[in-house]
Amino acid sequence: MSRLSWFNTVSLTLGFAFLYIPMIILIIFSFNESKLVTVWAGFSTKWYGELMQNEAFLDAAWVTLRVAVFSSTLATILGTAAAYVLVRGGRFFGRTLFSGMIYAPLVMPEVITGLSLLLLFIGIGLDRGILTIVLAHTTFSMCFVSVVVSSRLVTFDRSLEEAALDLGCSPAQAFRLVTLPIIAPAVISGWLLAFTLSLDDLVIASFTSGPSATTLPIKIFSAVRLGVSPEINALSTLMIAVVTVGVIVASLVTKRAMVRQKQDEQAAAQVE
Amino acid sequence: MNSEVFAPWDDPQAKPLIQFQNVTKRFGAFTAIDNLSLDIYEREFFALLGPSGCGKTTMMRMLAGFETPTEGHILLGGQDIDPIPPNKRAVNMMFQSYALFPHLSIWDNIAFGLRRDNMPKRDLEERVEEMLRLTRLEQFARRKPHQISGGQRQRVALARSLAKAPKLLLLDEPLGALDKKLRQDTQFELMDIQEKTGTTFVIVTHDQEEAMTVASRVAVMDQGKLMQVATPDRIYETPNSVYVADFIGDVNIIEGRATAQGDESYQIDWAEGQPPLTASSATALSNGQRCHLAIRPEKVAISAERPADAINAIQGKVHDIAYLGNLSTYHVELPNGTIIKAQTANTRRISRRSFTWEDPVWLSWTATAAVLLEN
Repeated sequence: MSRLSWFNTVSLTLGFAFLYIPMIILIIFSFNESKLVTVWAGFSTKWYGELMQNEAFLDAAWVTLRVAVFSSTLATILGTAAAYVLVRGGRFFGRTLFSGMIYAPLVMPEVITGLSLLLLFIGIGLDRGILTIVLAHTTFSMCFVSVVVSSRLVTFDRSLEEAALDLGCSPAQAFRLVTLPIIAPAVISGWLLAFTLSLDDLVIASFTSGPSATTLPIKIFSAVRLGVSPEINALSTLMIAVVTVGVIVASLVTKRAMVRQKQDEQAAAQVE
Repeated sequence: MNSEVFAPWDDPQAKPLIQFQNVTKRFGAFTAIDNLSLDIYEREFFALLGPSGCGKTTMMRMLAGFETPTEGHILLGGQDIDPIPPNKRAVNMMFQSYALFPHLSIWDNIAFGLRRDNMPKRDLEERVEEMLRLTRLEQFARRKPHQISGGQRQRVALARSLAKAPKLLLLDEPLGALDKKLRQDTQFELMDIQEKTGTTFVIVTHDQEEAMTVASRVAVMDQGKLMQVATPDRIYETPNSVYVADFIGDVNIIEGRATAQGDESYQIDWAEGQPPLTASSATALSNGQRCHLAIRPEKVAISAERPADAINAIQGKVHDIAYLGNLSTYHVELPNGTIIKAQTANTRRISRRSFTWEDPVWLSWTATAAVLLEN
């Protein structure tokens, strides 16, 4: 490993400090003994214990988790299907329009997405609750899944599917037995992305949630308006942990697949 | 001719396995296949040969079912196969990229097609083992495709496409990814397997040497049309056009005007102040008609003195010598600037060669050595 130059060390430190100091402070103060957020009074995990007693927070966490699992699963199915049609469908009528529109929610301000969904749900008379949050989260996260999966499909050798057809598969079997197993890492990382997006969404959820179901970010946001408590710090620390684990797992899944392929290729080169 | 020679195309009773009937394929404004008719017989090893973009791959993809003809029909065993999807055809294909399934082992790759047919487990295992033996892959059965070499992958692709015992096997540039030495070995292996299994093979290639080696008949294609369909020796010895003569092997083309001399013999005036050349031709040419004389370099003799009994003899000087070890190709410049190639076997040591650069030499060939072509 080469030593970093003075300039590189400084820019690296500044960059990391900028990114992580707020979070580190939050994590440190979640272990604070004192009720006052800004005064350190010794190490304690009592706020975590109290958090576990707080029914409202636990309910919200449970809602958030269910919403994230359902919406990311739904988004993965829809996003993968959309990516498949866009990459494989050839030049069907309206393809350019469709491919432009699938990416539109990526750049659309969340406020607008949330508001338009709210109007839709009111219009069709759907009561706001878990279902509406799931639908809303699916809407915006399927675009991200579609982007991840289609970038994998573009490099996918078409002749593999043709070989499957040639050997007697119906198109559906060819997708299930050949295409899906090969693009699985991209589909999994799409799911994890959708999961984390759903987990920390505040804007869209605040438009589409109702009194019967509140997600954790909304709960935190409304609690903070009454004053920051160490309990919130503890909760946020747990959320950071969950998201971090999710991101690490997602990158490990892709990286492990890559490393294994590389090792195998080297082994194959030695055979030759 | 021996009656056991395999030549169903000469037998009017023989029923073709595949028939292309006036097939045209267009992609938008581009015509890939232009009103093409062709018969291919059972147990044939048929080669489609041509430069890239000539339509040979389109022909193959239409046989596999990935493309359908715009006009005309393709018949397999007398049945119109246009409406049959690829997964329902008794045709298998070996892909240029091999298209091995990376997530399955060699064993499962070969078993893939058999599993789709719901073959009983015992039969399936037997068939896969048989294919592994045929392609000498037994010890690699448990490996994944990226854990074996290119030559082994090629054999897996072959085993997988042969496993279902198709009526017709399509091979799309099967040896393109192999190096030269391995390619030559594999060509003979392919012929051997084709003979053992008795399957009809249709191979697409742009490598004329490969087509000549493996095929029972070769179709030379250009711009969606068949230029000539014949056995390798006839393609080489009696090409029907300058295009075919030039595409297959090395050839000297001399342009001139023909004058009939009676009984399939013609005189060709090809240059001012040069004696006319004599050639025989089965196709009739009118007097003064423009024609091309095609002569293979190995049929041109080169000598220091004018051979006494030569029908065609031209003098020139050695412009260049390509030494290939077993052969030497002499590039001889004629007085009018034309370069004629003459090839001789190096039966003597190079130091004892009787002529070298800039030496005047005589080129000679017989009346039947050259082919007279109209276009």
